Formats: sequence, C-alpha cells, structure tokens
Amino acid sequence: MGSEFTKLFELIISASLINNFVFTRFLGLCIFFGVSKKMETAVGMSITFTSVMMISAAISWVVFTQILVPLEITFLEIIVFIGIIAGLVQASDTIMRKVSPGLYYKLGIYLALISTNCIILAVPLINAGEKYSFIQSLAFGLGSGLGFALALIIMASIREKLELAEVPAPFKGLPMAFVVTGLIALAFTGFSGLITL
Amino acid sequence: MSSTNSSLKELFLNGIIKENTIFKLALSLCPSIAVTNNLKNGLYMGAAVLFVQVMVNITISLMRKVIQPKVRLPIFMLVISGWVTVTQFMMAAFVPDVYAKVGLYIALIVAFASILARAEMFASKNGLLPSMADGLGMGTGFLFALTTISFFRELVGKGSLTVPTGLATQHVFTFVNTKPLLIMVLPAGGFLAVGILMAAFNWVDAKYLKKSTHGTH
Repeated sequence: MGSEFTKLFELIISASLINNFVFTRFLGLCIFFGVSKKMETAVGMSITFTSVMMISAAISWVVFTQILVPLEITFLEIIVFIGIIAGLVQASDTIMRKVSPGLYYKLGIYLALISTNCIILAVPLINAGEKYSFIQSLAFGLGSGLGFALALIIMASIREKLELAEVPAPFKGLPMAFVVTGLIALAFTGFSGLITL
Repeated sequence: MSSTNSSLKELFLNGIIKENTIFKLALSLCPSIAVTNNLKNGLYMGAAVLFVQVMVNITISLMRKVIQPKVRLPIFMLVISGWVTVTQFMMAAFVPDVYAKVGLYIALIVAFASILARAEMFASKNGLLPSMADGLGMGTGFLFALTTISFFRELVGKGSLTVPTGLATQHVFTFVNTKPLLIMVLPAGGFLAVGILMAAFNWVDAKYLKKSTHGTH
C-alpha cells in the first residue's frame, strides 16, 4: 500500500514538473499564450482546467476499459474521447449556469475555450496508451492540470512585468512571449532525472 | 463569391501569407515546436495537416446543405476526427519511423483550432472549389511554417539536414563539422526558434508587405 502511494505521488510530480505539458511536451500552447496575459484570467483558467481534466480522465478511463477494449474498437479512441470532452464541457457549462451563476460568470468563458485545448485530449490518449489503472489515470490528470496551472501562473506573472519593458518592435507581443517561454523551458529541463519511473 | 481563377489564387495565397496559421494567427502551435527538431518530421507533420485540412474542407463543403446549424459543431468534430484517424492509419502504414515520433501529435490534429475554424468560417458557407483552394492555402501555409522552423532548427542545432528522398529512404546532408548549437534541437530551443522566426516574419511584413496591402486593414 505504501509503495503504491509513493508511485502515485511520483506520477503526479512527474506529470507536473518533469514532463510538464507546456514546457516539455508542447501541448496546450494556444491556450497558454492566449490566457497568460493577466494573472486573474490565468488563475481562473487553471482552476477550471484542472477540474475538467480530472473528470474527463475518469470518464474516458471507464469508457475505454469497459466499452472500447471489450468490443475491440480501440481504433475509435480519438472520436470517442473528443465526443466525451465536448459533451462534458457542454454539460458542465449548463450545470454551472443553473447551479452557480456567480461561478459561471467568473469561469464560464474558460470552459468554452477548454474544448480546443489539446492537453485535455492528450491525457485520455496517454492514459489509454500507457494502460494506467483508474487511480493512476486520475493522478496523471491531476498532475497534468497542476503542471499547466504552474506554467500559466509563472508566465502570467512574467508577462505582466513584460508590459512595461522595452522590447524591439518586431519582437513585440507573441515573439517575446515565445522567447520567454523558451527560457523557462530551459529552466524546467533541470527537473529531468529527478524521478525515474 | 465568384469562382474565377484569380480569386481562387487569392484564396490560396491568403492562407500562406496574410493569415498564416502559425506566424500570423498563432494557432495550432503545439506541433510547430514538438515535431520540428528535424526537417523530415516537420515535413511529414505539415503534409498530414495539409491533407486533413483539404479533406475536411471538401467534406464540409459538400455536406453544408444537409447539416443542421444547431448541431454543426459536433458534426464538424466528427468529420475532422474521422479524417485524422484515416491519416493516422496511413502514416502508421507507410512511414512507421516518423509515426513513432509524431503519432501523438497526429492524433491531436483533432483539437486544432485552425481546422475547425476554416470549416466553420469558410467551408460551411462556400462551394467546393473555393473551399478546396482555401484548404490548400491554409494547409500549405502550415506546411511552409513547419518546414521553415524545422529547417532552421536542424541546421543550427545539428549542422545537418535530413531530407526524405522516398517514403522509407532519406539523405542526411552535413554542413558543419564543428560543435553546433545543441540548444536549438532541445525542447527549449523550439520556443526560441519560433519566437525568432515570428519576429523575422513581422519584420519582413512591416518593411515590405505593408506598403502593398496598405488601406485594406
């Protein structure tokens, strides 16, 4: 039991720091550059994203192992997973609007953005590819969500400062953001080898 | 929209320069960094996107009269994921060594904002020929961006270029025998390369292209 818990912890650390989706797997970049301009939106996006990620990892795992694998139609995984995600996003949008309008007002806009985020599709695909157990899939989803949140918050705090800096004209805006991300990614390579799974 | 040759050509060029997916719109960035550390992977990834974009545009354009507007997004997603699955199988069969490296990113073409956006904004409203031209232009623009980035990265990072000469064969050209700038082929270098190329694209655009298109913006 003890060693299993350690494994889960290692999985979370590995997904969030060592194999950080943004800095080492380059996923979710559109959202990453899109919402990291302000701290407030970055935090909102992180919260929404991590929760949707966990739920979608759980549902996808159940559907994959209980329906796709027994029926031997695993080649349909992309279509099925994107369907699950689109449905889930739509459902949480409706539920949130009814149950908690205040929260919807704050986070609703991020929900719509999430379905175009590739991380949310990559997590179920990787879970299925690595044959993770249910708990492991959840842990992987949580780790990836936390990693994305960390990346977003670091980036947002840098970009808020960057607004005031003097940047050469062709580099203004996105190109500079890319260079900054490159430097952070360089720092994150320092985490590699921290845990060998 | 008239479908004369000149407007088709304009549609095609629009996707390559004015609305270049990566350098201008900054969409679908994930593969532009993930698979561009060597020219061969960049070429195949770009070709895969070009294929999916054209096929999706054709399918949506042919189906545009029967799709109910209310359920159009799920249908677009289904069409896209269908074509992505086809591409995935073809790549796994013909270029297994490339597929082993870029497989995950091929699957993720489904989540590309650029493909969905063209289906929604263009193919669902226009006839077959303009939609094909638009798809070809957008796809070629993407291929062009990926090729430029991977050319730059491999040349600077390894001092060599891997050029596929057939489906399974390739030729590696070596230019520099001294120590190359290894950082460019590392993950971090991808971001730096895209940042630098994007700035170069902006610079060229501001210096030479703005004059001719002045007034349209």
